[in-house]
Amino acid sequence: MGVLAVRRVLSTAIGALALCLAATACSAGDDSSSKGPTSEKTSATFGFTAAPDNLDFTTTDGAAIPQVLLDNVYQGLVKLSPDGKIVGSLAKSWTVSPDNKTYDFQLQPNATFSNGDKFTADDVKFSIERVKSSAWKISLKAYMDVVDQVQVVSPTEVKVVLKQPSNDWLFRMTTRIGAMFDPQGVTDLANKAIGTGPYTVSQFNRNDSVVLTARSDYWATKPKLKTVKFQYFSDTNAENSALLSGGIDGIIALQTPDTLGQFKSNSDLTVSQGTTNGEVVLSMNNAKGVFTNKALRQAVNYAIDRKALVKAAYGGYGSLIGSMVPPTDPWYQDLSNAYPYDAAKAKALIAQSGVKNPSVAFKIPNLPYAVSSAQVVKSDLAKVGITANISVLQFPAAWLDQVFTKHDFDMSIIAHVEARDIATYGDKKYYWGYDNPAVTKLLAEADAGTPQQQITDYQQVAKTLSDDAVSDWLFLLPNIEVLRKGLSGVPVNGLSESFDVSGVSWGSGS
Amino acid sequence: MIGRLAIRTGILVASLVVASIAVFLIMAVLPGDPATVKLGVNANPAQVQELRHQFGTDRPLVAQYLSWVGGLMHGSFGTSYLTNAAVGPQIAAKIQVTLWLVVLALVVAVVVAVPMGVLAAVRSRRADGAALAGVSQLGMAVPSFILAILLIDLFAVRLHWVPSGGWVPPTAGPGPFLKQVALPVLSLGLIQAALLSRYVRSATLDVLREDHIRTARAKGLSPGRAFLRHGLRNAAIPVVTVLGLQLAALLIDAIVIEKVFVIPGLGSLLLTSVSNRDLLLVQGIVMVLVGAVLVINYVVDLAYVAIDPRLRRSA
Repeated sequence: MGVLAVRRVLSTAIGALALCLAATACSAGDDSSSKGPTSEKTSATFGFTAAPDNLDFTTTDGAAIPQVLLDNVYQGLVKLSPDGKIVGSLAKSWTVSPDNKTYDFQLQPNATFSNGDKFTADDVKFSIERVKSSAWKISLKAYMDVVDQVQVVSPTEVKVVLKQPSNDWLFRMTTRIGAMFDPQGVTDLANKAIGTGPYTVSQFNRNDSVVLTARSDYWATKPKLKTVKFQYFSDTNAENSALLSGGIDGIIALQTPDTLGQFKSNSDLTVSQGTTNGEVVLSMNNAKGVFTNKALRQAVNYAIDRKALVKAAYGGYGSLIGSMVPPTDPWYQDLSNAYPYDAAKAKALIAQSGVKNPSVAFKIPNLPYAVSSAQVVKSDLAKVGITANISVLQFPAAWLDQVFTKHDFDMSIIAHVEARDIATYGDKKYYWGYDNPAVTKLLAEADAGTPQQQITDYQQVAKTLSDDAVSDWLFLLPNIEVLRKGLSGVPVNGLSESFDVSGVSWGSGS
Repeated sequence: MIGRLAIRTGILVASLVVASIAVFLIMAVLPGDPATVKLGVNANPAQVQELRHQFGTDRPLVAQYLSWVGGLMHGSFGTSYLTNAAVGPQIAAKIQVTLWLVVLALVVAVVVAVPMGVLAAVRSRRADGAALAGVSQLGMAVPSFILAILLIDLFAVRLHWVPSGGWVPPTAGPGPFLKQVALPVLSLGLIQAALLSRYVRSATLDVLREDHIRTARAKGLSPGRAFLRHGLRNAAIPVVTVLGLQLAALLIDAIVIEKVFVIPGLGSLLLTSVSNRDLLLVQGIVMVLVGAVLVINYVVDLAYVAIDPRLRRSA
């Protein structure tokens, strides 16, 4: 291939112009930005910043793959509603036994996979057991460990028995680990996705776009759009230009709020703000270095003017939460005032800590929100006498390696976008380096207890973390969307792993 | 001729070997490994270790290098860690995109630069000639990505004439294709044209000063006609050399332009692969780029001989 590739450079170069007029049937089908009357439009294109590397979320981690595939191509027994509640999808209904250990699911009787196979209880058993096998590689699979066995009761009824009660399990079934597969459809997951959802992948252009086409044989209400294109931009300027020039119809999860002015003044576009699960955390290494000192961690919490930070780093969008819990979780409590901005108090705490002229290794990923937040953090800390030495690490590889894996840092900033991730504070090996057996115990009890107990326990955990100033929760990422006028049914919040396009349409919707 | 070929081929092979070692070492010292990236932030160490073993990245560097080079010898670039797909076909698919940009930009550059340069030389003592030289001077000072941003702002965002980015393959038809590539090709081509026209102008001026042109002019030909009939071939020699060098520069420039216009070509593939530490893919792309540049130089060398018969004797 080596020499061939080199030859190809030349031969293609020579033949390129001659080929210019060659036209075949392999059209890109790119009519997404057609400017015809809105009532006739049957396609839409949305811009995103993180592109999937392949189509297999069972072996490759990251948000990009489930974002396009979950709920659109693959479906689970349950899914997350736009306001964060668990609702049925492939399960028509379900009941939970009094001891919270047995789940009985009644399945949709008419669901089919895109290859024509009927969806039955056998597929549920296959899919759940497959998560527990070595076929699944990503770490999220661990959430399925609690499952003891899956019994096929009838073609439309399945019983899942857990080893111990777990409130969290059903919630995790709304994520990619709950996706239902056809045993005949898992041979080439990286390139071929076969699910029960309203769409199939008709084109996958790596690093560029994924095109979804509506199934004519979909088992439930057919989606309104025939094709939906996920267009990926590594460069946010390019994404913004594409929206302004009509190349795309909407930007989902806009990363650069400072560019919103140009959209707001455009009468063709609307800007909306929803919420997400993405806590932007100023993490401190609790296990080694100066931040083993609690007074110093508290000093950091007092020293940073979070209100000003959100303004500077995120244009004032994003909400202050003061904990690892977003407002859409049932156990949310407002802790944003636990450490009000108070430089004098911060200085006193530093004096109390006994650390002279603290100087910390502040290692941040090269992501826009992290870089701009870090500047504010650095200057706020300088005002109280803490020197933060910023080094910018390329994300993901370098940051994952140094900060996340090797724990070689004092302080970092990253958005933790995974749902209900407060439980990471119960894992002493996690990069927070926080080791508190009481928290670990509370988290376990919360999962096994009644839903009410879960709420009380999680609130207690959040409170403890705040008291210990384990991290500084800077703000919650907003879900900023800029959409072309006339688009309706676009999910406003970014709570689930998926960007569900099945309800999107042009016109008033219905 | 044969001796020249042998030496050049020897240099080519040696350069490729050195390049392969350099690329390999650079990727090896970069922090971060593909297994961690692939498994994400919540992976446990055992899973990462298992994947590393599967990739073979837990072996000594020398062993990894040898198996990679061994694969190259057998015509295989290996399998991408992230996509589980063969690297060779991926590069082949993306390079076609990049080549369209490079080739069309080169055409734009030549079509604009040759008349511009010749005109600037022939009329060097008049205002319009000086103005042309000034324009090219200005063009050389502008980086292609700046021109790209300006073009996007004017023609895509304000006028809505062409898309601001993205890619439509030529198979979609000449209309949509040309509309799609117009801005990136102009961004690349016009800057190269500015540069190239300087060389065309100075080569033309050199030739115009030579005796045989003066003789031709004495016979009553205008400076333009005299140049076209008697000077063009001589002026072409330095221009072809520059063109070769520019082709190599264009390949690199195209990588930047691909990012600005969100074009899924070799550049985009390279940038993603680097940040994901998809080592075999990075190594494969860089080797192809290095190979392309070396081969271009090789061809320029031969073209040089073809144009100038005097060199044939000495070779």
